[in-house]
Amino acid sequence: MHNETWDPTRAAEIIAGLTHKEGPTLVILHALQEAFGYVPAAAEPMVAQALNLSRAEIHGVLTFYPDFRREPPGRHVLKLCRAEACQAAGGDALAARIENRLGVGFGATTADGAVTLEPIYCLGLCATAPAAMLDDRVIGRLDASRLDALMAEAQR
Amino acid sequence: MSIRIFIPRDSGALAVGADEVAAELSRVAHERDVSLDLVRPGSRGLYWLEPMLEVETQAGRVAFGPTTIADVPSILEAILSDGDHPLKLGLTEQIPWLKRQTRLTFVRCGIVDPRSIDDYRAHGGYKGLERALKLSSNAIIDDVVKSGLRGRGGAGFPTGTKWRTVAQAGRGQKYICCNADEGDSGTFADRMLMEGDPFMVIEGMTIAGIAVGATKGYIYIRSEYPHAVEAMNAAIEAARRTGYLGDHICHSTDSFDIEVRVGAGAYICGEETSMLESLEGKRGTVRAKPPLPAHKGLFGRPTVINNVLTFSAVPYILDGGAQAYADCGMGRSRGTKPIQLGGNVKHGGLFEVAFGITLGELIDDIGGGTLSGRPVRAVQVGGPLGAYFPRALFDTPFDYEAFAARSGMVGHGGVVVFDDTVDMAKQARFAMEFCAIESCGKCTPCRIGSTRGAETVDRIIAGDKPAANIAVLEDLCNTMKFGSLCALGGLAPIPVLSALTHFPEDFGLAPRRLQAAE
Repeated sequence: MHNETWDPTRAAEIIAGLTHKEGPTLVILHALQEAFGYVPAAAEPMVAQALNLSRAEIHGVLTFYPDFRREPPGRHVLKLCRAEACQAAGGDALAARIENRLGVGFGATTADGAVTLEPIYCLGLCATAPAAMLDDRVIGRLDASRLDALMAEAQR
Repeated sequence: MSIRIFIPRDSGALAVGADEVAAELSRVAHERDVSLDLVRPGSRGLYWLEPMLEVETQAGRVAFGPTTIADVPSILEAILSDGDHPLKLGLTEQIPWLKRQTRLTFVRCGIVDPRSIDDYRAHGGYKGLERALKLSSNAIIDDVVKSGLRGRGGAGFPTGTKWRTVAQAGRGQKYICCNADEGDSGTFADRMLMEGDPFMVIEGMTIAGIAVGATKGYIYIRSEYPHAVEAMNAAIEAARRTGYLGDHICHSTDSFDIEVRVGAGAYICGEETSMLESLEGKRGTVRAKPPLPAHKGLFGRPTVINNVLTFSAVPYILDGGAQAYADCGMGRSRGTKPIQLGGNVKHGGLFEVAFGITLGELIDDIGGGTLSGRPVRAVQVGGPLGAYFPRALFDTPFDYEAFAARSGMVGHGGVVVFDDTVDMAKQARFAMEFCAIESCGKCTPCRIGSTRGAETVDRIIAGDKPAANIAVLEDLCNTMKFGSLCALGGLAPIPVLSALTHFPEDFGLAPRRLQAAE
């Protein structure tokens, strides 16, 4: 994942390009995160001003949705499905293994900044469970060895 | 000679290596100077055979699966020499698992190239819209009413009635919203359709727009489905380019356009009013009903909200099939139900069948039991808010009313299989925890009740005054069921209470003997 470094001019450009949409808040936040990897606090008043909303409203939206990050992520984001179909196929043991090996819990980034580990609730890969997503790539039929290979890839 | 080969681009197939197999095939074909016409359709839904490769022959498509990179050279050899291969499955259409289905909604999924509007039309696509353009608004809605179509998202509300309400809601701006926030674990039918037959979703939404007088549609897709987002965006652009979306659709007086919106990881946004809030750019908190979205929906305007499967059933119904559609099914559950088999199951995938098939047939015959080979102990039907059923209830037919009569729900048709290693008290705890994580926070029973529920299950598991705490849990469930603003808090008690009722031994209680009902 290659993100741009935070740049208010670039952010203003992104925001201005999307304000014409109906109900554009989420669209804008997604676009900012797509560009910078997260939505920095400095972007909140910019979005609020462009949409004529209070900063509290934007902050409320930003913090309501699990997808939006307020800190830069690791170089890779590894998401493991924690929902029922993956639980039924041994997902809980994989979750424990991953936390153990990476030395971080879900929602955290490893100390070397390589991997951000996140839970995800269903990738729609329930017939090839357990499932995960590394950056934009989906992976099914995970077992301990496939998971280890995935972690090794993420830590590179 | 050129051979035509199909390898799915469906994310379920990608997750098990479809792209790698496709790349290897191109490489080997090039090396052997074989001219290859490689098509990337959706999946047929036989996921234990994915990546499944199909080759076009004079007799029809012949399948091989599950394939790996290592199998590619020998498969290509078998194709070229018309020889045998250990992974050869014969004619795809004759595979018993596929042959037993009644595919109305998934009729093209896995067959057509989802990037090609010409392929969609060559397989009967847009006939429903062409007919709709000749009909009055009333006549379209009459067809949908006659078909008996009920919302496939889970609640099962009659679709024609909803459309009629919006059509009669006066003039001015109206909206069509396709709810593609398929968040329930065990469900993937929406994802498969968006990835495998996106033009059908577009056609269904367009017909709805014409029927109720809406010119703008949104499809709200969850961010967990990046491939579906990409496929829908590509299809919408193609439809616009060819005059199937935009001003004056197919040179008619009707105009309609669609925009994709992506969610941001909140399960609650699958609830229709939360989805509207999210589309408006707000936190996805639930709205109190009334007013119904049909009267006051997106941006306060009359809005049709249906799920992907519901819209996708419409083109078939309009193409002269209202009665044919209604002839499938049982009781007040008409048509087909795409059932999704997942979890610990041997043959997992998408199985579309008329309503009425029993749970046992599905799990044992079609699913083939568990993947682990251990006995099936519990099955959760209808997502995280659906009931856990034991084997004693496997005679329950797929039918909204039959499931409701046993305190369960069909929901979006997801079936998750668990073997005998499952701890049902832990599953009950997860149901509460999931509700606590995903609650929008607007109403107290859901926000606080789910957290207290998880704590109470913890106490029961720890053996701390189990009888008293079970009474507390049941009381809490009752409060959530009747006091919550929407179905998240209202239905979360279903998995909890079903686990407690059917698997009391996992909570340290004596087993009850369950009657297998009539």
